[in-house]
Amino acid sequence: MDLTLHVWRQAGPTARGAFVRYEAKDVSADMSFLELLDLINERLVERREPPIEFDHDCREGICGACGMVINGRPHGPRGATTTCQLHLRSFDDGDEIWVEPWRARALPLIKDLVVDRRALDRLIQAGGFITARTGSAPEANALPVPKRAADRAMDAAACIGCGACVAACPNASAMLFVSAKVTHLGSLPQGQPERYDRVVKMVARMDAEGFGACTNHGECMAACPKEISIDFIAQLNRDLLKATLAPPPEGRSWRGA
Amino acid sequence: MELRSNLPSGPIDTAWDRHRFELKLVNPANRRRYHVLVVGSGLGGASAAASLAEMGYRVSNFCITDSPRRAHSIAAQGGINAAKNYQNDGDSVWRLFYDTVKGGDFRAREANVYRLAQVSANIIDQCVAQGVPFAREYGGLLANRSFGGAQVARTFYARGQTGQQLLLGAYQALARQIGLGQVAMYPRTEMLDVVLVDGRARGIVVRDLVTGAISSHAGDAVVLATGGYANVFFLSTNAKACNATATWRAHRRGAAFANPCFTQIHPTCIPNSSEHQSKLTLMSESLRNDGRIWVPQRAGDDRAPTQIPEAERDYYLERMYPSFGNLMPRDVASRRAKEMVDSGHGVGPQQNGVFLDFRDPIERLGRGTIAERYGNLFDMYERITGENPYEVPMRIFPAPHYTMGGLWVDYNLMSTIPGLHVIGEANFSDHGANRLGASALMQGLGDGYFILPYTIGHYLATAALAPVDAGHAAFRDTEREVSARLNRLLAAAGTRSVDSFHRELGRILWEACGMARTAAGLTDGMARIRDLRDRYPREVYVGGPGEELNQSLEKAGRVADYFELAELMCVDALQREESCGAHFRTEYQTAEGEAQRNDDRFAYVAAWEFMGDGAEARLQREPLRFDNVQLAQRSYK
Repeated sequence: MDLTLHVWRQAGPTARGAFVRYEAKDVSADMSFLELLDLINERLVERREPPIEFDHDCREGICGACGMVINGRPHGPRGATTTCQLHLRSFDDGDEIWVEPWRARALPLIKDLVVDRRALDRLIQAGGFITARTGSAPEANALPVPKRAADRAMDAAACIGCGACVAACPNASAMLFVSAKVTHLGSLPQGQPERYDRVVKMVARMDAEGFGACTNHGECMAACPKEISIDFIAQLNRDLLKATLAPPPEGRSWRGA
Repeated sequence: MELRSNLPSGPIDTAWDRHRFELKLVNPANRRRYHVLVVGSGLGGASAAASLAEMGYRVSNFCITDSPRRAHSIAAQGGINAAKNYQNDGDSVWRLFYDTVKGGDFRAREANVYRLAQVSANIIDQCVAQGVPFAREYGGLLANRSFGGAQVARTFYARGQTGQQLLLGAYQALARQIGLGQVAMYPRTEMLDVVLVDGRARGIVVRDLVTGAISSHAGDAVVLATGGYANVFFLSTNAKACNATATWRAHRRGAAFANPCFTQIHPTCIPNSSEHQSKLTLMSESLRNDGRIWVPQRAGDDRAPTQIPEAERDYYLERMYPSFGNLMPRDVASRRAKEMVDSGHGVGPQQNGVFLDFRDPIERLGRGTIAERYGNLFDMYERITGENPYEVPMRIFPAPHYTMGGLWVDYNLMSTIPGLHVIGEANFSDHGANRLGASALMQGLGDGYFILPYTIGHYLATAALAPVDAGHAAFRDTEREVSARLNRLLAAAGTRSVDSFHRELGRILWEACGMARTAAGLTDGMARIRDLRDRYPREVYVGGPGEELNQSLEKAGRVADYFELAELMCVDALQREESCGAHFRTEYQTAEGEAQRNDDRFAYVAAWEFMGDGAEARLQREPLRFDNVQLAQRSYK
């Protein structure tokens, strides 16, 4: 099949970017989208032109490294699919394809299709964990966890941290990402001691990092390659309300608890 | 170079306890004076960095990906073994130890493996406390499955994403320490050399992958948790960024490289579909628990699988190994698949696979049960191949997956360079000549959570280290060497891409040192590798400036190191005139076609010492003693 790509090229964070047109003739429908970029890059190198930079690693949809906006949709046209798992059979012969980086204030561009996602790590650092020092753990089966709770935790924990939810959101909010972690840990008995502290700290950090607020568009869920549900955002809001309206005893806020 | 394994003596079941008691401690108040550099953020690196930081050490952690959460441990699907005996099927520390030594075809150290089996139970406790959402039964207790040929159900799992969930547990523990300021995190940073001062590892030289800046980091000890080298084959199941540069550069500085020819070929991957394929995708071998492997009895039979009647199918593993059937260990399952394809029974458009069929289990258990067990794997398969495995059998073929070889370490996980510790897949220690399924996650976390944090304290307490900072001349010298190496690559004026060289190297190595090896093939392979290596600097073109994000340059340095490693793999495979585990020398097999070990001559670890560019590596042998497990020919009949 023949495809025409328009790829966003930008030499650096402050350089001017533009779409550059690339023709891909006679490519196999069994190729992955990233393999198509590999092929274009190989030809660029042969012509001594700088290759297109893009993040990628595992190429089996689990590391969360890859991600680009393809024809206006993060990770492209196929639902529940990372860019690396998108194959050219999802396109038609002769298609024109527009490829852009994630665009969000909190995820600044580094080069071409590569953006800086360290803000997502800082959200986890703010509270997306259970404090369990190595060596201090009780026997694993000492505390049974209802299967439904464990399954719900796993549904939320499936997030791969790619940032597609942020890229899809008109407000560039990280609400789906934060809610997935809040729900993962908050569904388990082990996560209860820090549950309300966690949600307050993570939401505060989200605001500080320059992510927007959630206005319930639902674009995040549609773009998420792991089908993380916006039900978890409702869970986050419930936990946040409880944490802020019903602060802990002794008059302290959860924020400083 | 002297190999001192520091193995404990006496009864094996109390050896680690006694050893741990004999290790010197660092006073809690003094730990903040020590600075440990941890390279890599996978299960080993993240768990070690978090644990050391919790103990009070100052830690710097480096990773090549944009976030520590993306290390390749995240891709492990199937599960993690632990001797919990929750299923009451007779499991024990001793049985896990025995199975692992036997599965490794008696080429691992007994004491290391026993310790691994002991800490396996602690790992599960630790992960559950961190909130790892392991699969559970309706009563709320942890679920287990049998995995990869084990006759007990000792594998813990989180759907098909066990590695992801274990890594996120370790990553979150690490994130907490970063937030507390105990760990300084350096993402998108690649280690390009280790720096020795007075013969001890005192730091590393790194390249910032965004700015291209070369800089040094000094510390009191260095931990390499940089994973394996299966990407030397170009096509493997490893992530694209996985590479051997950190371990290879350490090897060139004096760290012995052990058993480089022990590379595991995983039996259940999706077959190669085209020339442009960039990697091979693993399908968890848990699929073999229910799926049945077969090929058409008649060679060249190209009917659709559903059109081939039962009587004309060869369920060859069930036929050859009635008691283990489709759950044969990885090495055997892989070789049998290769033989089927080589003899013309391969299936698929390129006749390069065998069928893994779920028709019968779907009939027996219902589609819902199969979907619950393997749904995400089936979805992944369909996305990649465009075929629906609920309707037509999957096609699978073996692919390079894991490397048992790695930097030689003693019982304290320290290499032959004092202060340089190596954990996880990067070391050679626990899996012998073949790793059992669900044991890699166990080793990574065992090393990082429960072994290294104690043994590194002993090193720090006894090494009497003088203060060193990155201004020391040794750092300046190493930085200069690193920069010169990069500049040579950037100046290369050829026309071929780095990837095209890597692809060609991979093909040579796959033929010479893949699933089956011969003396003639290895000798020929070495000559071809040397020829390719000589052409590389003349014919490659890297392009772009070095002072910015330049993925072509990153790859160029890694491929340069692969040439040297690939040759050492062949050298190692050639000297080991026996077959054991994943190392199959065609000349050495039993009448039944099984691996024929030679314990009298080869019951040793082959540790290679770097002797300089162009010089032959020197072999040192660490004899292996088996006091607790009887050496036996593996038999799965």
